[in-house]
Order: sequence, then C-alpha cells, then structure tokens
Amino acid sequence: MPTGRLAVWWLIASEIVIFGGVLGAYLMHRLGHPEWANQSMHTSTWKGALNTFILLTSSLSAVLAHNAASRGDGKRAAKLLWATIGGGAAFLVVKSFEWTAEIKAGYTISSNTFWSFYYTAAGIHGLHVIAGMIVMMFVAADAAKGKELQRVENAGLYWHFVDLVWIFLFPLLYIAK
Amino acid sequence: MSTAAHADHGHDHAHAHHEPGFVEKYLWSTDHKMIAMQYLFTGMAMALVGGFTVYAFRMQLAFPGMSVPGYGRVTATDYNALVTTHGSVMIFWVAMPVLIAALGNYLIPLMIGCDDMVFPRLNRLSYQLFLISAIILVASFYVPGGAFGGAWTSYPPLSAKAEYSLTGLGSSMWLFAVALEFAAFLLGGINFVTTVMNSRAPGMKMFDVPIVVWMIIIASILFMASVGPLIAGAIMLMFDQQLGTGFFDPAKGGDPVLWQHLFWFFGHPEVYVVLLPAMGIVAEIITVFSRKKLFAYKTVLYTAIGTGVLSFFVWAHHQFIAGIDPRMANVFSVTTLLISIPVAEMVFVYIGTLYGGSIRLTTPMLWALAFIAEFLLGGVTGIFLGASGADIYFHDTYFVVAHFHYTFFPIAFIGSFAAITYWFPKMFGKMMNETWGKVHFWGTIIPFNFIFIPLFLLGIRGDHRRIYDYRHFPDLMKAGMQDLRILATISLLVLLAFQVVFLVNFFVSLFRGPKAPMNPWNANTLEWQAPSPPPHGNFPQGLPNVYRGPYEYSHPDRKDDYWPQTEPASEPAKT
Repeated sequence: MPTGRLAVWWLIASEIVIFGGVLGAYLMHRLGHPEWANQSMHTSTWKGALNTFILLTSSLSAVLAHNAASRGDGKRAAKLLWATIGGGAAFLVVKSFEWTAEIKAGYTISSNTFWSFYYTAAGIHGLHVIAGMIVMMFVAADAAKGKELQRVENAGLYWHFVDLVWIFLFPLLYIAK
Repeated sequence: MSTAAHADHGHDHAHAHHEPGFVEKYLWSTDHKMIAMQYLFTGMAMALVGGFTVYAFRMQLAFPGMSVPGYGRVTATDYNALVTTHGSVMIFWVAMPVLIAALGNYLIPLMIGCDDMVFPRLNRLSYQLFLISAIILVASFYVPGGAFGGAWTSYPPLSAKAEYSLTGLGSSMWLFAVALEFAAFLLGGINFVTTVMNSRAPGMKMFDVPIVVWMIIIASILFMASVGPLIAGAIMLMFDQQLGTGFFDPAKGGDPVLWQHLFWFFGHPEVYVVLLPAMGIVAEIITVFSRKKLFAYKTVLYTAIGTGVLSFFVWAHHQFIAGIDPRMANVFSVTTLLISIPVAEMVFVYIGTLYGGSIRLTTPMLWALAFIAEFLLGGVTGIFLGASGADIYFHDTYFVVAHFHYTFFPIAFIGSFAAITYWFPKMFGKMMNETWGKVHFWGTIIPFNFIFIPLFLLGIRGDHRRIYDYRHFPDLMKAGMQDLRILATISLLVLLAFQVVFLVNFFVSLFRGPKAPMNPWNANTLEWQAPSPPPHGNFPQGLPNVYRGPYEYSHPDRKDDYWPQTEPASEPAKT
C-alpha cells in the first residue's frame, strides 16, 4: 500500500478509538439514564438530518474527486474537492444556527450530562470537519496544478471517516429515545 | 514497495546535501537519529526532575517535618504535587520518550536498513509537541496553587474540582500536557508503523526483523489502540474543570468511576507499551553476548502479540474496591492471572537463549540479565494484586507501590541503561568505560532492591500509600515501620548518588572515550553495518540487502561466530 494511504489508515484507526471512548462513555451513561430521552427531545432532528444529507453529499463529491484524480484530471479533482469543502462549510453553518438556538433556549454544555455529551461529541466531530476542510484546501491547491494527485484519495479517506462518525452521532444524540 | 520508497528518498537527498548550521543540525533536524537524541536528552533531563521529586518526598516520609536540603520544608500540598509529578514524569516523560521515541527513532531505520523515517517532518513535529508538553508540565510548578497534586491517575472528583485539589490551573496544565504528549506519540507511532511496513531493506522478510523493532511496533499499535478513550476522557475532564460540566460528577448525572475505566483502559496496556520495547532490547543484548541464536523467535513474537491483545482485558483489576460489580472482579482476576503466562513464557525463552551460550558479562549484558531477574520479582508480586481477594487487602498499600516499581524500574531504567550502554558506540562513535559502567550497575541494582523490599514489607503490614506524615497514624508507626521507611530513603539516596557515576561516564565517554569501531560487539543486525556514528542517510556505502535472520550466532558452518544479515549466502571467495 502506498505510504501516504497507509498512514491515513493508521490515523483513522487511532481516531476510531478516540470517538469510541466518547461514544462508549455516552452509551453506558445513556443506558443508565433512560430519562435523557426527555432531553434529546429538544434537539432539532430536522437540522441534524439536513446535516447528515449535506455530509453524505460532500462525501460523494470526494469520491468523484478521487475518480477524477485517478484519471489524472487534477483540475476537475480540485473543483470537486472545493465542492466537498463547501459541503463541510454548509455543515458548520447549519450547526452554528442549531447551537445558537439551543443555547438561547437554555441548553448549554453545563446544563446536564446529556447536553455535556451532546456538545462535546459534536464539538470534537466539528473540529475534525474543520481539520478535514483545511487539509482538502492544501490538497486541492496542489491538485489544480496537477501535483500530488494521490493525496486526493487520502484526503477523501479521511473525509469519509469524518462522515461515518457523524452517521453514528446523529442517531445516538438526536433520535434515540 | 520497499525499493520504491528507497528511490523516493534517494531523490530527496540529492537536494538536501549541504552543510547544516547549528540550529538546523541540532534543533530543527528531520534526521531520525538527531530526533532520537533530542528525545533521549529530554528524557534524561526529565529523569532528573523525576529523581529530584522522589528525593524530596522520600525525605519527608523518612524524616517528617525536616527541612530537606536543596528543597526546604515539604508541605502537604507540596507533597501531593511532588508525588504526582514523580509518577507522571517517570512514565510519560521518561519511560515513553526514551524507550519508544528515542530508541524507536534511532533503531527502526537503522535496523530495517533504510535512510530515514517515511515522514521526517512529521517526526520533527512529534518531538516538538513532546517538548512543549514537557515545558508545560514543568511550568505548572510555578503557577498559583502549584503543580497538580491529584496523583498520576488523576481520579475525579479530586482532579475535577479546584476546591478539592486546590490546584485549579495546575490540574488543567497537567491534563493538557498529558494530552499533548499523547498526540505527539500518536504521530510518532503512525510514523514507526508505516516505516516498518513500507521501508524495509530488500530481502528483509517478516521473520528477519529484529525482535526489538517488532516490540516497538507492537507497542506503538497498542498505544494507538488504547490511548483514544483517555484522550476523550481528558477532554471531558478538562471540560469538568474549566466549563463546569459534570461528566464525572454524580450530582450532575455523571460518574467518577467512568474516568477510572477510561484511564485504566489505557493505563494497563501502557504497562505493556513500555515493557515490550524493554523486552526487545534484552533480546538483542542476550543473543549478542551469549553468542547464540534467539531461542524460539516466533514464540517470542506471537507471545508479544498475545500479551498485547490480552492487555486490553485486564484494566478493571485497578478498580476492585471502586464499587464495580463483584462478578466483573472475578472475570478481571482471571484475565489478569492469564496475562502472567505469556510474560513468563518470554522470560523462559530468554533463559533458554542463555542456556549453553558463551556468556560475556559486559555492562549491557549485566543490565539485560538484571532486567530479567528484577522484572520477574515485579511480575510475581503482581499475581497477588491481580487476585481480587488478596487485592482488597493490598489495595493502596506500599505493596502496590513496590510491585509497580519492580516492574517499571526494570523497564524504564534497567532497560534504558541496557540500551544506552549497548548502542552508545553506534550513537556517538565512542566506547563507554566498562569499569565505571559496572560500578554504576552494582551501585544501582543493590540500592534498588533495598528501596523496594522494605516497601513490600511495609505494604504487607498495611502501610497506606497516600499519607504525608505517618506521625499522625500511630498504628503505622509501630515496631520498626519507620526504620523500614528510613532504610528505603537512605537506599534511594545511594541510588541517586550512583547516577552521577553514569552521567560522568556518559559525558566523559561522549567527548573523550576511545573511538568505537563499526561493529564493536560482533553483532549481526543492520545498524552495525553502518559507520559509528552513522552519517545523514545512514548507509554511505549504499542501502543494504538482507539475506538472513538477525540472530545467526555460532552457526556450525562458519568460522566466525556471527553472520551479519547483510552478508550474501555464499561468500564470493568460494564461488
């Protein structure tokens, strides 16, 4: 396996256990506190669903970027990566509206442990979204010049991972009763 | 694949070969050997910090209330900060950087026959993060309230609430330093694993990789797989401290035992993260100095992997009295006793290697043999603590402290001294003085036992470990108990004094020692085929090819009693 891709896989492996720690802790608490369902009612399921849709779509453009890069079309790969970055930005915008509404309604990180987990888990995930966007900006800038095209796939791998984490967070934080 | 990686690097070199300035050479280098030296010297400096803290608090325990020379009076708050810092520093800023980061960085590219790590700049970043974490930790002594005093395990609620620990800022700095250090080692670990997977010399198959490299790789993977929950826990604890969340606060719907799970899920594999590299170092040394093939190479390898896997299922033995379900205690007792089997197996295999060999008692060999003997004592006393029945009595006594140090002192210090004395000629191109090396060896090993055997005896008599001044506990001052504490402290002073011998020997040899030949120990592994010290790029005569395993000593078909991995199968003269 090429060195870069191998390293991204190991990075993802080490990230899985970080999110595993947060989600494992959350699940154990959640099982012990069925009354948290009353708190999760106040999350905005439709905003979460919209964000799920946005992230999944951005992963699609990441795949198309990989496809373009493997055909050697750096310009098209860069454009598609910028589309993915746009998806990440849209995700963050929705998220910020969502959090603003919740904080205004009085649900802050220290309200109770459900909201602590809600903001912590989604916050760590949000930092990964931002990190992925920054990485893709560098990769897209190179790809547009036709350089380091193999990095398009690596950035995409990482982005799929960020996407996948959200697929776990969404039902656990928003939907579970 | 490996040839492709070589080609890439060769390409880089053509540009990079100019005379570097001081900063570029020593501080901003991407050379794996220089980064290894940075880790080594930072680790040694932090060992002085760890040694000084233990000096101050052991003096307080033996002679309570005295003004400790060089420190002053140790107050109760000081005592807590000193104990916490000693534990944290010795594990996270001495054992980890020296055994994994320094030796991993130094040995991996040399032993697998490539010119550098696959990500040299990532490597440099990893060291820089580590250095910042060390500076933050030391700086926490000087903030209002002083350094964190909630023990290296940092249990909430003590660690979560400033009104309990009295070190609001110190606690957060400690936590941040630890988390940053983990990030540094994660980057390092990814680099190590990727390098070994992709950059081995042509011909080096899985079972031609020296055991120490395998051990560092297994340890890096263990670290990567276990540290995540603690990073998550550190973020949660940081929020508890700074934002008023209640992850670990029952009053807010949290649970303090959750931290113990997150901490020990990492904390126990961590023991094997540092043990395995030390075991690997010992394997290299005992084969060279008994002139014998490593007995059962594959057994050692599979045993190490088995130990790693099993180490994920033992963590709750630290929590037998924390209110966990007694049925869970049974399960964890069984898994804990099970893990002693693979470790004992490795020790037996090493003894099998020594059996019938022509043993040379050089300084590194003495350290390696002492590692086996002393670690064995640590392992055997662990059985008492792993069995939940006995642990309920021994929990939080000096028995635990003594057991722990019988495992960690051999790992962190005996293992490191073995490695430093063995690879010193390669690292610095100079030979270390053998006589002074042996003086240092005996001056360390004898007082070490006189420190911790008394602590075992104290622990058996119920001596609790978290007490600042025993004069307040008449039951723990009876019949010679204070004498045992004084004996331990005096032995510590002797041990610390003998470390001066090491430091003098180290630096005098570094500057004035006799020049080291390329292969002073007649060893087989690839690093001994590079010049001493290896230049930038490691192998100026061209990257090596590998023809056989690393432990072909005293082969019956050969005149020489060693057979370097790089030597072609049939010697050119005969063909």
